[in-house]
Amino acid sequence: MLAYSLENFLLVSGVLFCLGIFTVLTRRNTVAIIMGIELILNAAGLNFVAFSRFVQTQNHISGHVFTLFIIVISAAEIVIALAIVLSLYSTKKTIHVEDFDELKW
Amino acid sequence: MDLVQIARSNLEGFRYAGTEVALCVLIVALLLSGVILPFRKNRRLFLIISMLGLALAMTASLKQPGAGKGVRYFADLFLWDSFSVFFKLFFVAAAAFTILMAQMNREVEDYEFNECCLLVVSVTLGMVLLASSVDLLMIYLAFETMSLLSYLLVGIRFREARGGEAALKYVLYGAFTSGVMLFGFSLVYGLAGTTDIMEIGRILNSAHMAGQNRALFVLMVLFFLAGLLFKTASFPFHIWCPDVYEGAPTPVTAFLSVGPKAAGFAVFIRLFYTLFAREVGDQGFAAIEQVDWPAIVAVISAITMSLGNLSAIHQDNVKRLLAYSSIAHAGYLLMGIACLDKLGLEAVAFYLVVYLFMNLGAFAVVTAVNNGEGGEDIRFYRGLSARAPMACVAMAVFLFSLIGIPPFAGFVGKVFLFSAVILKKYYWLAIVAAINTVISLYYYVRLIKAMFIDQAEVSFEPRVSGVSYAVIGALALPTLVLGVYWQPLAAFIESIF
Repeated sequence: MLAYSLENFLLVSGVLFCLGIFTVLTRRNTVAIIMGIELILNAAGLNFVAFSRFVQTQNHISGHVFTLFIIVISAAEIVIALAIVLSLYSTKKTIHVEDFDELKW
Repeated sequence: MDLVQIARSNLEGFRYAGTEVALCVLIVALLLSGVILPFRKNRRLFLIISMLGLALAMTASLKQPGAGKGVRYFADLFLWDSFSVFFKLFFVAAAAFTILMAQMNREVEDYEFNECCLLVVSVTLGMVLLASSVDLLMIYLAFETMSLLSYLLVGIRFREARGGEAALKYVLYGAFTSGVMLFGFSLVYGLAGTTDIMEIGRILNSAHMAGQNRALFVLMVLFFLAGLLFKTASFPFHIWCPDVYEGAPTPVTAFLSVGPKAAGFAVFIRLFYTLFAREVGDQGFAAIEQVDWPAIVAVISAITMSLGNLSAIHQDNVKRLLAYSSIAHAGYLLMGIACLDKLGLEAVAFYLVVYLFMNLGAFAVVTAVNNGEGGEDIRFYRGLSARAPMACVAMAVFLFSLIGIPPFAGFVGKVFLFSAVILKKYYWLAIVAAINTVISLYYYVRLIKAMFIDQAEVSFEPRVSGVSYAVIGALALPTLVLGVYWQPLAAFIESIF
């Protein structure tokens, strides 16, 4: 049985973070890139909760509060990003980054 | 602490949050007036409301804290000290000039002007909060307030393909880098167990932490740098900058090149000089032993300025040219941060003020040329001096100041930066910066030559209105005056660190 320890949580968040970076760097679909960004934010959120539970902190709740804020901010970020993608899709009928070549990359 | 006490201490906090409150009131006023009044006709009214609100915010931030470490307010999330007051004044001034430029600019349509003012003021609120926050949570929230709203500001012309594309590039890069920075925040939290950056700084710099967790510290510094280098448009996160600057309306570009960039430097100084360095003696700081981040910043600074200047050489679009020039200037400013002493920080703050005037000024002239039948391409600038002599003379002043030629303000700023670097014995960095200044001479002077010597290629009538001349003049005057009479500003900046 797996031990209920900080290391396991950090392992999961580390894997999530790397998957997020990998997704952002390799995917050419804007929605997939946004999903990769979500993974990075969730990795950070998981870290905050885990540290808040296992590390001797001055204020037991601060990590949890931070995670709540991360969830809210990431939702706002996704709304803005998807709105921009949607408005681009309505003019260009594509969501692949290579097709956005009006400005030199 | 009981509830009454908490309420009282929060009320007490409003004494120091004058700027934030004034900006919030202005945001509500703009929102309501945008709903009530038909916004196609009331462009001038929105301008007056914004200017009144920003003037209020400016007066509210004039109150100076005395000597000492400043006052904490709002549950210790914010710090009211001369550093934050300096940057609050800076951001409000940048917002005021931006809104004036947007008013005289035809790229921002009448029906967009209210939204444009609203977004500029909201981004300013984010930057003002960022300058005064001293808690990781609050820094993250303010950073995202600034970023999310500036994505929208770039995409304000989302119906045009270029505007939407610029916004998309900005949001993808921005969300990615701020996510990486947030992961760095979580590691710092795990190591120190608190989100108060003063407290974290004490713990990370304490004796029993010395020399431990080397790999973790390297990761933390790199993750922090990702977010901060994106905001300051420095290598390796500068790629978005020319595209976003080209795609956004010119006043927005001007704002991005000064406001969020300066906010990036403010939080850079706040985070790195609190978390990863401690004060030693009267003038200096010592970096943590685990990672030599000043050396990393120095190398990044050298690469950033060289890359910016070399890429600017063959740009024919003036906005792209100024974008690369702003990357190069981020490189110059990073030199001051790498110095790790108060002289370097003072040079950064002084150069930021000078940069505010000269860069906004250059963009104000670009805005004015855009307004007629002209465009952003360099061919519209050929022989322009015959038709708009005053605007061209002002542009020459701004460009000479950006190069750093005496007697303009940019020269004094560069002298401060170079002397800080040389006193710190970073000779190689000073040489790289000097070579870069020479390279930058080429492309700035190319634009000046186009305006004054070349024959006109496209004949169009530049429509520079009275307001435009007033704004350009208001920006040119400090660029000239600070070049010969800089002592009061230098003395003020000396008092903030």
